[in-house]
This record gives sequence, C-alpha cells and structure tokens, in this order.
Amino acid sequence: MQILPCPYCGPRSDAEFHYVGDADKPRPSRDCSDEQWVQYLLMRRNARGAARELWVHRSGCGRWLVLVRDTVNHEVQAAEPMNR
Amino acid sequence: MRFRHTPYSGWRLLREALADQQGWTPAWEDRDPSNKYDIVIIGGGGHGLATAYYLARSHGIENVAVLEKGWIGGGNTGRNTTIIRSNYFHPQSAALYDLSVSLYESLSKELNYNIMFSQRGMMEIAHDQPELEAMARAANAMRINGVDIEVIDREEALRREPLLDPSPRSRWPICGALLQRRAGTARHDAVAWGYARAAASRGVHIIQGCEVLGFRQDHRRVIAVQTNRGEVRAERFGLAVAGNSSVLAGLAGFELPLQSYTLQAMVSEPVKPCLNMVSLSTSTGSYISQSDKGELVMGGNLDRSPSYAQRGGFRITQSVIAPLLEMFPCFSTLKLMRQWGGTIDASPDNSPIIGPAPLDGLYLNCGWGTGGFKAIPAGGTMLAHLLATGRHHPLSEPFDYRRFARGELVDEGHAGVAH
Repeated sequence: MQILPCPYCGPRSDAEFHYVGDADKPRPSRDCSDEQWVQYLLMRRNARGAARELWVHRSGCGRWLVLVRDTVNHEVQAAEPMNR
Repeated sequence: MRFRHTPYSGWRLLREALADQQGWTPAWEDRDPSNKYDIVIIGGGGHGLATAYYLARSHGIENVAVLEKGWIGGGNTGRNTTIIRSNYFHPQSAALYDLSVSLYESLSKELNYNIMFSQRGMMEIAHDQPELEAMARAANAMRINGVDIEVIDREEALRREPLLDPSPRSRWPICGALLQRRAGTARHDAVAWGYARAAASRGVHIIQGCEVLGFRQDHRRVIAVQTNRGEVRAERFGLAVAGNSSVLAGLAGFELPLQSYTLQAMVSEPVKPCLNMVSLSTSTGSYISQSDKGELVMGGNLDRSPSYAQRGGFRITQSVIAPLLEMFPCFSTLKLMRQWGGTIDASPDNSPIIGPAPLDGLYLNCGWGTGGFKAIPAGGTMLAHLLATGRHHPLSEPFDYRRFARGELVDEGHAGVAH
C-alpha cells in the first residue's frame, strides 16, 4: 500500500488510482500508418527507474495526472496535472 | 573443451553411497566469456537455458554462450509457483502450450535430471452457474484444439479436493470446475539446472555475473554485446530476459509493447500432504497447490502499478489469500512463511512475443507475462529454431511482434487464465 499524491486532492490511497500509460505521448493524426498507430497505442517505454507516467484518479476526483515515479523503489518525485 | 558431468542413475547413487560420495562432479561449469560465439543468448533463466540446450541437441550448434547478469534461474524461473498447464483458448496458444506440456512430460528422462514433474491435475473452479457455463464453452474450444480438458460437477470437485468448503453459503461456493488431468507442478530450480547441465555437457558456455550494457550495431545489425566482462561477438543473439525485455530493447534502440509488473507468490508454513491438485478460483484469480516440502504455494493477481521492484505490496498479498481462505477455511490457522515477487512482462494480448527483433541478428522470446514457467520447453524450442535457421518455427509464426501492427492479436486475456 502506498499514498500517492493527486495534484487536485492531495495525498490519497493508491487504491483510488489507475495506471494508464506513458505520459507526454503525442497522439498521431487520423491518417497515420498502422505502424504509427501501434507505436502510439501499444508500444511502451517501460522504463526501469525514473519514469513519467499517465494515471487517472479513478475512484477519486476522476481527473488525469502525470506521476514522476521511480519504477524500482516506487518513490514519487512529483505529481502534475496532465498537459492538454 | 567440453564439460563432462556425472550421469545420474540408481546404480550411480548406490556406487557413490558405497564410496563416500567422492565421485560426484559439479552439474555444470561457470565459464568466463570468450570474445566470439556462433550464438549468444541473453538471459540465463529457463527460457535462455532451454534455448541453448535445444540449439545444441536439435540443431547441432554448440558454440553458444548464455549470459546471465545474476545467477541462473534467479529471476522469474526461481520465483514462480511452478504450475504447468495448457488450457488456453485459441488454437495458436493451445498448440504452443500443449507442446510445452508434452516436452515437460519427457524432460526428466531427456535431461537425465529429475525435474519432479507431478501431473497431479488442475481444477479451475467456477463459483456460480453462469461461470460454469462460460467455462464449458472454453472447454469445448480447448477440446477442439486437442487439449485434454473436461468439465466436472460440484460433487466431483469436492471429491477430488475434500478440504474445499462444501457450504453453498460460502463467499466463494464451489459450483463445478474445469479439469486438466495432465496439468501439474514441477521443481523450478531443477528445470533451470537440468537444462544448464545438459547444455553445458554439449559445450554451451554458461556465464553468470555477466550483464549486457549495450549492443554494437553495424547497419542495423547487432554484431556484439557490451558487457561488464568485455565485448562478446556472435552471428546471432537471442533475448530471453522476461521483465527486463524493454530495458534491453531500449539499449538496442527499439520499443516493445510490454509493461513490467510485479507478480507475487507466497508460501505457508509446511504441513503434511493435504492438497491433491492445483486449484484455481477463476473469479478471483487466486490459486493454490502444495509443494513437495509441504508448503501451500499461493499466487494470484498482479500488483497494480508498473514495477521492477521484484517485491509486491500487502494489498495484493491479502487479495490473493482472502478468497483461498474462503474456499479452504481450515487453512486460516496456518502462518504465512514467505512472500516474494518477480518482474513479469505483460503484453497487450496476454500472449508471448517470439520472433525476429526490429534489428537484424537479434531474436526475441518475451511477453510471457504471468505464464512463462509452463512454457519453458516450448519457448526454448522456438527461440532455438529461430536462432539456428533465421526463420520462424510454424508454431511461433502467430507470435511475431508484427502481429500488433497487423491487428492479428492472439487475445488470451479472458478465456485463458493468468499464471
């Protein structure tokens, strides 16, 4: 169990959050190739160590956020609102 | 120079018993890396070692090295719950996993190493009638795929595992089950060591404490790996590093559709034999079997956040154990003895990725997710075929990573169960 920071609600239980994918991933245009779409949809950085991840505070405020998190020791350095 | 080990037999056991056990030799030899091999396999777990063995045995390629950053079988091969089964939904998966079960059936004899494969059978338990009916549909698909599977009713399930709570008022009542008689458990360390010993005796170098730090490429072809023990060149490279596949792919300059998560396992204190089979609760994902040492071995769902920690959190530990105690109330007095975690590589369709990498000379065997142990003989066979011939084995063709761009997913997300 871990307390995760929500930029809107403050510290909350990790059970309220849901991991979505890599943060800062630009969505390709509608006429992109299959390869570009798969790159966006399925390919992951899956970093060992420092990662920027997109999460949603699903059972809380319902808003999306970016966690700057270490995937080895699970330390969270920062929580930011998702860029639009 | 080849390493010769002592063959194991009843006769040998007797001879050594009479000769003060002085004649045993090490099972395999820890080697230093040479600078050039025909084939280098990255990852000394079950899949990597099996690949090396099948390269030597089936393809006659013995100038092979297995590079392992820690010790062999110290990753997921030594951290899983040792269950072997092939009850998968799609024909492509059924063919692959059923090959694996078949290879496991003859593995002790083939490797001259007792992997303690016990085909005690496995029950996937349904807790209500709709779930049992959905299972019957899955069972029909599996039978068409040639997998031995049958639907059994509540009485048969309770007869096979008498410690199950028969009360219809239980939180997770027993309604019926899917039975695979050929499923079972094996000794995980023995699988790694058996393959290592058999591979080493055919000339394969097993190199521990050798971590790959980078790939040297020439016109998008991998020609060498840089390691903490120097550069190692080869004609072809195989990657069999499970949860660390994305890390190695990152070093080589490409991405994979994988996400690494922690999968926990845990054991109770040891007790006398009390469970006959492997039991899995499909609704909750929790499952239980008893090891030969007497511990109850339990596992279940993944931890929820991406992780390379190799240890899991208490919330999942609790969620694994709670439904099992509802199904087996008498285990509530047992103490939990150990709990640990491994890093698994989850793919988008819960099927493995086997085939050429986006770089020439590099071949992938990854994405087995929560079910890598049961697939070791098949994964090794497939990767060995790829490395030896440069082409797919017919059974690995559907699992090429290019299936994602083609939309030809082999989705085992719901029909097959995890683990």
